[in-house]
Amino acid sequence: MKIILQNLTKEFPARGKKTSGNVMAVDHFSCQIPDGELMGLLGPSGCGKSTTLNLLCGLEQPTEGKIFFGEEDVTTLSPELRGVGMVFQNYALYPHLTVRQNIRFPLENLKGKDRLSKEEMEKRVTETARLVQIQELMDRKPGELSGGQQQRVAIARALVKFPKLLLLDEPLSNLDARLRLQTREEIRKIQKKTGITTVFVTHDQDEAMSICDRIAVMKNGILMQQGKPQEVYDHPANLFVAKFLGTPPINVFSGTVSKERLLIGGQPVLSVPGVADQNVWVGIRPEGFLIRPDGPLECEMNRIEVMGRDISVISTHAACTEGTLRSIISAETAPKEDAKTVRFALKPEKVFLFHAETEAVIPVSGERKES
Amino acid sequence: MKRNHFKAWLYLLPALLFLIFFMVYPLIDVLVYSVEEGYNFASQTYFGVGLYNFSYVLHDPYFLQALQNTFILVVITVPLSTLLALLISAGLSSIKPLRELFQTIYFLPYVTNTLAVGLVFMILFQKTEYTDGLINLIIEFFGGNSVDFINGPYWAKMFVLCVYTIWVVMPFKILVLTSALASVNEDYYKAARVDGTPKLRIFTKITLPMISPMIFYLVITGFIGAFKAYSDAVALFGTDLNAAGMNTIVGYVYDMLYGESGGYPSYASAAAILLFAIVLTVTCINLLVSRKKLSW
Amino acid sequence: MEHSINYETLQKKANFRTRIQKIVIYFFLTVWAIVVLFPFYWMVLTSLKSYSAYNSEYVPALFTLSPTLQNYADAFTSVPLVGYLLNTVIFTAATTFLMVLVSVLAAYAFARLEFRGKNLVFTLFLSLMMIPSELVVITNFVTITNLGLRSTFTGLVLPSVTSVFYIYLLKENYEQVPDELYRAAKVDGTSDLKYLWKVMIPICRPTIVTITILKVIECWNSYVWPRLITDDPAYYLVSNGIQEIRENGFGRENIPAMMAAVVVISLPLILLFLGFRKKIMSGVSRGGLKG
Repeated sequence: MKIILQNLTKEFPARGKKTSGNVMAVDHFSCQIPDGELMGLLGPSGCGKSTTLNLLCGLEQPTEGKIFFGEEDVTTLSPELRGVGMVFQNYALYPHLTVRQNIRFPLENLKGKDRLSKEEMEKRVTETARLVQIQELMDRKPGELSGGQQQRVAIARALVKFPKLLLLDEPLSNLDARLRLQTREEIRKIQKKTGITTVFVTHDQDEAMSICDRIAVMKNGILMQQGKPQEVYDHPANLFVAKFLGTPPINVFSGTVSKERLLIGGQPVLSVPGVADQNVWVGIRPEGFLIRPDGPLECEMNRIEVMGRDISVISTHAACTEGTLRSIISAETAPKEDAKTVRFALKPEKVFLFHAETEAVIPVSGERKES
Repeated sequence: MKRNHFKAWLYLLPALLFLIFFMVYPLIDVLVYSVEEGYNFASQTYFGVGLYNFSYVLHDPYFLQALQNTFILVVITVPLSTLLALLISAGLSSIKPLRELFQTIYFLPYVTNTLAVGLVFMILFQKTEYTDGLINLIIEFFGGNSVDFINGPYWAKMFVLCVYTIWVVMPFKILVLTSALASVNEDYYKAARVDGTPKLRIFTKITLPMISPMIFYLVITGFIGAFKAYSDAVALFGTDLNAAGMNTIVGYVYDMLYGESGGYPSYASAAAILLFAIVLTVTCINLLVSRKKLSW
Repeated sequence: MEHSINYETLQKKANFRTRIQKIVIYFFLTVWAIVVLFPFYWMVLTSLKSYSAYNSEYVPALFTLSPTLQNYADAFTSVPLVGYLLNTVIFTAATTFLMVLVSVLAAYAFARLEFRGKNLVFTLFLSLMMIPSELVVITNFVTITNLGLRSTFTGLVLPSVTSVFYIYLLKENYEQVPDELYRAAKVDGTSDLKYLWKVMIPICRPTIVTITILKVIECWNSYVWPRLITDDPAYYLVSNGIQEIRENGFGRENIPAMMAAVVVISLPLILLFLGFRKKIMSGVSRGGLKG
């Protein structure tokens, strides 16, 4: 089912005693989730992604805007009428019920024409359990399960009623690192198998990038950018998105554009046709550096970190906002350990210009070349 | 190191002195009293050792009356007050505005003097030559027959005693249950709502099992407290509870000890030990049941 | 599209049901609030009615237009109410002070000091919590009587001092104070007593305040022990005093004066409660006395 959010806004009364006015948890959020896709809702904590999720499942009512499930306007519908499945961060499995009873719980709530017979329920429960591979755990209590197993039970409970929309609220954050990698593949597989439109909330960009069909990046309740993960990574709409995506993070320099040339620390590093003269933020991905003795960007060498196939060169440049910059280059081109300075050339497609105040990306028309 | 030990005992000394003198020794002594037959308080002598005191108490019509009263009181007030407290706490936790106010009001009986407020209940329920009392007037207004709840028939007196007891024990129960309800993770409710669970089903299938340890705790303390009922009865019916036919086991113990019928610490001890045995048995049964039910 | 219409009515029904539920809940809660408050209202109201007015009302009026303070004057003059109050204050203050002192020291020994047999002693200690006071009251009654301490403050106070539960509560609180503080103090050469006084007590003050308040409530309302041990009305506490007033004071029919006495007796604790509401409620929920 296609999901459409239209100008979705949620205001909360401000918490502080003195401050009047409201907090915008979600601010005119519009987006579309195509049928059967896995959408990652991504942002730092407090950016409004959990509120968006609560609006989607009906636990909160929006102050403004509309939500459509397919053709249907569900904006004011309460949760039980929406037919969504939700997996909570702490799983919210009922501790006094067995796994089987937990999974069956949502089915027992169905009424009227949706009502199921005992046998049908049992069949659905068994099928779903098989889907997430927990058949042998059915008679245990949640307290006797590992974190990963609880996670699967929670997913099974969300899936058992064949929801139109599956919502996952930070489902991996309570798992340890190894299990997290494994489980996210699992979620991906289950989602593809069932074909249920899914929204996946996370603050971990790595998680979102690796399994989602689309991602939406939020900050302070505002949608910053949405699109396919690679697209967003390759064409960030603003400095925030550029900084938020990618490990290690992007390096940011203050630079100027003068006569269609980009200068960092007064040195021309790249030609940027079509860009007016101004001060800019320059974002350069770690993989956007090339070691070249005649490279235009001269940095002070700090140290080299070996990462196996690649190496990471940590160096300093006066114009870099973080002080140090990190580049990833192939091991063959490594500079000498005791080198004082290192010179970089830049890969034009890995360099982004952002407006000094609005921080929006500045489009560069035509070919960016080394100057 | 030696000095340290000595110092530790020094810190403990006051507490130990108080406890040994006023708790441990009396505890042993009460057992001794209970088996000393024909103990004379004035001369502090006794004839022999045996179980006669228990036998006397168990055949004393006043004790049997007290036993009956206490059991009726327990059987009526414990389930009723727990259930009522559960409903009220559930109501309290489902509202936001006025919640603090209600909580504060509901707690008031806890800090008031049982004897003092008992007097108010007495005048509300009592029938005198001047007035039938407010409660009776209300009964009459609805077409019922008035009855003196304080000096009237047994069931009427028992009714007021139960009402007053419930009124007195409610604050503690509401407080405990409200905090138990507040400690249930919000996500369980969210999960249930997303799954379309009706409110009643959420309450019976999720809330109740989740707070069941606290409910059992309340039932156990409720039983213990109700078995030890005394001052509520005094507040309503005066100090001569035997005459009113409203004595409780604890009242019987004190009456044996002091006052016009007093001077028999041996009988009092036997009765107190019987009470303790009853309370212990009921508590153990409660614990066994709760262990079976609360397997997670 | 018939689908969406169906949803709309369902939603309307659900909204309606929620609203009805809210109304029912508020109604129910208000009823209980009235049940709780009404006796208080009635006692204040009755205490403000004049003796003749009260006795001439066959159907008691739910309010009064001519309030009088005469009953309060009577309560203070014709029965020794001031004496009862004073006794209770002395009893409460002495008992609470001793209890806090004893508990602070004992809890410190259990929480911080090391000595042989500590675990055994503490276990015995805890098991004392389960002993009902009814069992030990008998011997205490005999002891105090034999010591000739009937109708004295010593006899009233001493057996009421210890509360195993408060020692336990305080010990738990002490144990949350990090060990490093103790070691640091030892390195600086601080004595145990000074450490207790300067570090532990200030840090654990909230708990000490809580147990103090709970003990005050307990003392103010205590009835059984004072009744057993005081024959002389000059030593009556408020609970016994009110019982005495009821049976022998004013004459049984002067209900308004009786209610005035009840108001006077109840007021201090209600004020205390309103002042320390949060503290009292959290303290009681950790371990109540009246079950």
